[in-house]
Amino acid sequence: MTTTQTLSILVDNRPGVLTRVAALFSRRGFNIQSLAVGPTEAEDLSRMTVVAQVDDEATLEQIVKQLNKLIEVRKVLELGDAAVRREMMLVKVRADVNSRSQVIDVVSLFRGKAVDVSADSITIEATGSQEKLGALLQMLSPHGIIELVQSGQVALGRGAKTLSASKSK
Amino acid sequence: MAQTDGQLMTGAQALVESLERMGVDVAFGIPGGAILPAYDPLYDSKIRHILVRHEQGAGHAAEGYAMASGRVGVCIATSGPGATNLVTPLANAYMDSTPIVAITGQVNSHAIGTDAFQEADIRGITMPITKHSYLVKEVEGIPRAIQEAFHIASTGRPGPVLVDIAKDALTSTAPFVWPEALDLPGYRPTVRPHSRQIRAAAKMISEAKRPVLYIGGGVMLARAHAELAEFVEKTRIPVVTTLMARGVLPDSHELNMGMPGMHGTVAAVGALQKADLLIALGTRFDDRVTGKLDSFAPGAKIIHADIDPAEIGKNKPVDIPIVGDVKQTLEQLNEAIEAYEAPQIDAWRRQLGTMKARYQPRWDEAPDGRLSPQEVVQRIGELSPSDSIYAAGVGQHQMWAAHFLPHEKPNTWLNSGGAGTMGFCVPAAMGAKVANPDATVWGIDGDGCFQMTNQELVTCAVNNIPIKIAVINNNALGMVRQWQSLFYEGRYSNTDLMTESWPNFPMLAEAMGCVGLRATNEVEMDAAIQQALEINDRPVVIEFVVHKDAMVWPMVPAGVSNDEIRVARDMAPDWEEEVL
Repeated sequence: MTTTQTLSILVDNRPGVLTRVAALFSRRGFNIQSLAVGPTEAEDLSRMTVVAQVDDEATLEQIVKQLNKLIEVRKVLELGDAAVRREMMLVKVRADVNSRSQVIDVVSLFRGKAVDVSADSITIEATGSQEKLGALLQMLSPHGIIELVQSGQVALGRGAKTLSASKSK
Repeated sequence: MAQTDGQLMTGAQALVESLERMGVDVAFGIPGGAILPAYDPLYDSKIRHILVRHEQGAGHAAEGYAMASGRVGVCIATSGPGATNLVTPLANAYMDSTPIVAITGQVNSHAIGTDAFQEADIRGITMPITKHSYLVKEVEGIPRAIQEAFHIASTGRPGPVLVDIAKDALTSTAPFVWPEALDLPGYRPTVRPHSRQIRAAAKMISEAKRPVLYIGGGVMLARAHAELAEFVEKTRIPVVTTLMARGVLPDSHELNMGMPGMHGTVAAVGALQKADLLIALGTRFDDRVTGKLDSFAPGAKIIHADIDPAEIGKNKPVDIPIVGDVKQTLEQLNEAIEAYEAPQIDAWRRQLGTMKARYQPRWDEAPDGRLSPQEVVQRIGELSPSDSIYAAGVGQHQMWAAHFLPHEKPNTWLNSGGAGTMGFCVPAAMGAKVANPDATVWGIDGDGCFQMTNQELVTCAVNNIPIKIAVINNNALGMVRQWQSLFYEGRYSNTDLMTESWPNFPMLAEAMGCVGLRATNEVEMDAAIQQALEINDRPVVIEFVVHKDAMVWPMVPAGVSNDEIRVARDMAPDWEEEVL
């Protein structure tokens, strides 16, 4: 059964590492849904959050094992249910003086905010889970979505446990 | 924490110094613009550099050197096309887990990304076919990159590592600093097997009724033949040795059922299919061994030991996984099984023994007194010294070599297994001969393969590397032709090489500085082999003109169950009367 899995990967912060990870997914035929890379609390490490479509448990196991073989990969963690996941979205919606307040009402329900406004458009910033952002989009679409950009998912396990750099694979 | 020699050196000098410190005695390569600075200090170095005729030859020679010696092979090329010519050997070494380090020149660091003359992103190109790779843009990074490259290539599951060095890093100067310790926090291969898994395996083995040792190239790479022999003696379990593991247990051993797989022996294929337990060591359930996966060894539990955790469970679910160095695994298994009775498997051994005796790989007589390729291969093995090393190309001759050469000693059989690289033979034989100058080194090649890399015979002639190449000439791309015979109604599309006309192999050999011989019948065959064995100051090429229609048997057609094995065209072995 195809499921969506989130992998949190600590890697050496060096040029070429992203290529290596992305190439591994493509070469082994694993499908990446979203990818986010950024700095961590340790200067020499980056964290990648990869959301991947996985056919079965064995495929997931194989992805993790292959990732672990990369020299520059320090640690790989499968994030289960006990994780905070966020995506960020910027969306430009058609809105004139008549509809603007309606749009803003909807957005505030979703705890988003307006970051830019013009005579016939308004740009909204919102963060949250994929479901929440999907629901917001659904509410906004009657107004007309002009442009949309969405970040990859970032996620952290809940609780005090960390994907600590000092305890590498 | 580094020990500073502090001596001011160019990057090129630092590279050569680093290679010397890693104990490199031989490198195969070709200079060119971007790598040129490195060749100046190399000129004064004690490292023997062998100037090849094509970079692919350098790569395969490094592989041959590594396979025969167990040490890291080194090849050197310049940027752009020099580096891209190494792609095939790197892919080959990756598939067969051969430890080599490839050093390539790169354009000046400020020119990288500008499509400069002879620029190619060789690190990007080779990322999926190397164990690891470096792009070094600063002189200070050279010693550490070399140290790490050799460590990564030769430890864990071995493999190829590329070190791409920008030209200005080679020409700049810096104090030479040799890192005191490796700093690779993301690379810690598990070498010690888990003792609980070992105990569980020992118990499962003692209870098996139809166990088989499925031995792969990892056992060869780990140089674990003695431990394997001990285990076989203690348990008396039948053994199959894959293409990459031929010779790790002598073929003459009564419990060695031979090679499994698409062209495996009936006894080896049957052993795996009928087994109730596979003890898979240093092997990866490759499709050429398993055939159709879901019908492979259907009744067997599986103990799978490998140093690469990603191989375990990749193709086939495993009952007892063991991650670790296979030499240590076998050592510990040898100890652990002392606590148990040896498995009671007399009937199983008898059954396989009967299959082995009845279905030895064989061939039909060639028509009109011509030579059979199989008998040529067998005869070379019979007449040559027992410690000879054999390299092969890829195709029919490779399979015949796998069956009919005397595979009695480990690490004397070099071939391209996973990648199936035609053209591997001549340069690999060259590398093996350089590693073992006193051994007789034969290359068993095909007329197709030979025409891909034969120019390295010039390298051999010039550098006093007297290898012996047997060109098994059937005038065709034989294996492809065999498939056309069997599956394409004999429509021989583009497999006729016309080598009965050109090239004239003995003349070609002579032109390259070798002795060129030709044999067309049995008398000439023996005489030519004898003559080749007596020549030790020049490379020798013997063209064996063989009949065209010989086929490799047994065979399991691609994509079907191994139960469909055929011992000859339309002829299945008789399994049923042998049911336990």
